[in-house]
Amino acid sequence: MSDFIRVEQLSRRFDLSEPWLVRMINRKPKRFLDAVDNVSFAIERGKTYALVGESGSGKSTIARIAVGLLGPSSGRILIDGHNLHDRELSQAEHRRIRQRLQMVFQSPYASLNPRWRVGNILAEPLRTFSLVDGRQAEQKRVNELLEQVGLSTSDARRFPHEFSGGQRQRISIARALASRPDFIVCDEPTSALDVSIQAQVLNLLKELQRDLGLTYLFITHDLAVVRVMAHRIGVLKSGQLVEEQDTATLIGSPQSDYTRMLIRSAPRIRDDRPVIN
Amino acid sequence: MSETILSVRNLRVVFPHRHGVLVPIDEISFDVKKGEIIGFVGESGAGKSMTGAAIIGLIDPPGYIERGEIWLKEERIDQLGISAANRIRGRRISMVFQDPLTSLNPLRTIGDQLVETILTHLPVSADEAKRKAIAGLEEVDIDPERFNAYPHEFSGGMRQRVVIALALSAEPELIIADEPTTALDVSVQAQVLELLKKLCREHGASVILITHDMGVIAETTDRVAVLYAGRLAEIGDTQTLLRDPQHPYTKGLIASTPSVEYGDISTELFQITGAMPRLDALPDGCAFHPRCGQALAHCATKRPHIERNRVACWLYNDV
Repeated sequence: MSDFIRVEQLSRRFDLSEPWLVRMINRKPKRFLDAVDNVSFAIERGKTYALVGESGSGKSTIARIAVGLLGPSSGRILIDGHNLHDRELSQAEHRRIRQRLQMVFQSPYASLNPRWRVGNILAEPLRTFSLVDGRQAEQKRVNELLEQVGLSTSDARRFPHEFSGGQRQRISIARALASRPDFIVCDEPTSALDVSIQAQVLNLLKELQRDLGLTYLFITHDLAVVRVMAHRIGVLKSGQLVEEQDTATLIGSPQSDYTRMLIRSAPRIRDDRPVIN
Repeated sequence: MSETILSVRNLRVVFPHRHGVLVPIDEISFDVKKGEIIGFVGESGAGKSMTGAAIIGLIDPPGYIERGEIWLKEERIDQLGISAANRIRGRRISMVFQDPLTSLNPLRTIGDQLVETILTHLPVSADEAKRKAIAGLEEVDIDPERFNAYPHEFSGGMRQRVVIALALSAEPELIIADEPTTALDVSVQAQVLELLKKLCREHGASVILITHDMGVIAETTDRVAVLYAGRLAEIGDTQTLLRDPQHPYTKGLIASTPSVEYGDISTELFQITGAMPRLDALPDGCAFHPRCGQALAHCATKRPHIERNRVACWLYNDV
């Protein structure tokens, strides 16, 4: 199997130092935080890789580096063989890579422009990447996207505030699909949603993966969600990957204490609860 | 049977607006026994937080309690004036909110805030109050050395523990915890819930735990009330209700919660189709019927009540 995404010895260091003058007066050295520390993993095409960990473990930093919102301090990310952060690349080449990766953010309340109509929100990536010619083609593609995520075409004229949290997250997903990416980074896409709505969004993401062959990097702190979403899991702690396995192995026989602790703390409903089909 | 601390009878809260009234809580009745942890569960907009606000007298105008009674032991507390309500708030009923950063005063040390709460509610001297505050911090596993620390110096889980110490400091009979762990990591959530459970046992305080997470309900509560669109859908003993849920909404909530115990990538999560109706567009009859897979003909016209049964559903009651 070919690795579609390769993360190689990725590190990201943030400078938390005080200003120069304050440091001189107090004779303090510079301070750094290693948010991501030498992390390597690979994702196969069409599969989901989940990064789990607590707040501050560096999972969102990796997500932001993976889509190019942040640069790495060292190491690199290869997407289908192309280095996303390669400074030698021309702008056109860069755009071509960027078009293939998209992100779905945690809060559907903060990630949609409240003053834009949904149709506009979905058309923006189409225009940015010049993917459609003319108004009609644009309209057609927007409608197609709305239907793909289970919304109706009349929703294009409405504003984000007219939608519930789950519907807004569908809009975010539709926006991510607009440029026909093959890699989507989902940063806690359901942690702001109710369980019943979470189920709808997770099922939608899985359905889209089956239909479009998408590759996901899934960021979450919820191991129960990971169990039904991910093919492979990496457990992060203080910026380091402490354990990496396929889902069944990791949850069935975790090797590190940290992973065991995470699994143990997940709330459980009784084991013999009824299942509805 | 142990004694009843809180009794809510046919509570109805309304918000008047231009085209009539909105009813965020409609005919809810339940009892809370001494030392019991009762969970309120439902999706956003189900009326869980509003019920808590009604009990502690914090419904924002123009909303008001239109009908119904709330009894705290022998005292009726739904029609109290401001000074009488203040005697109860914080003293006999206290509250733990979702976000510990906004419920603590950022400009004052945590010790200061604890002492203030104790002095306001208990007839003790300043020295005694300080001793109690330190004991309170020790109870929630916070080093008393940090008595003079400010809220921003603590992590989210520690802040929520401080808030729990605050809530317990006046030795209340009832604590209303409104999504106390939603903002926390799962590992910290487990610690905080365990602590809340243990301390309430020790102090003999009852807890109303408001959450949208069935897992939290299963791990923490003795009894559970399922709310939908401001109405009580089902109420009962937690273990029985989870093993044998009756209301289709309860079944849906349980089935849609993913589990670390089983399932794999091919598992399709059960989903309740649609979304909670808006309060200004509540359907007739049972509010859940448009989303219900087992709806009967009269579900759309006749509203089910919970009186005889523990479930408000026509599948279990005769018309």
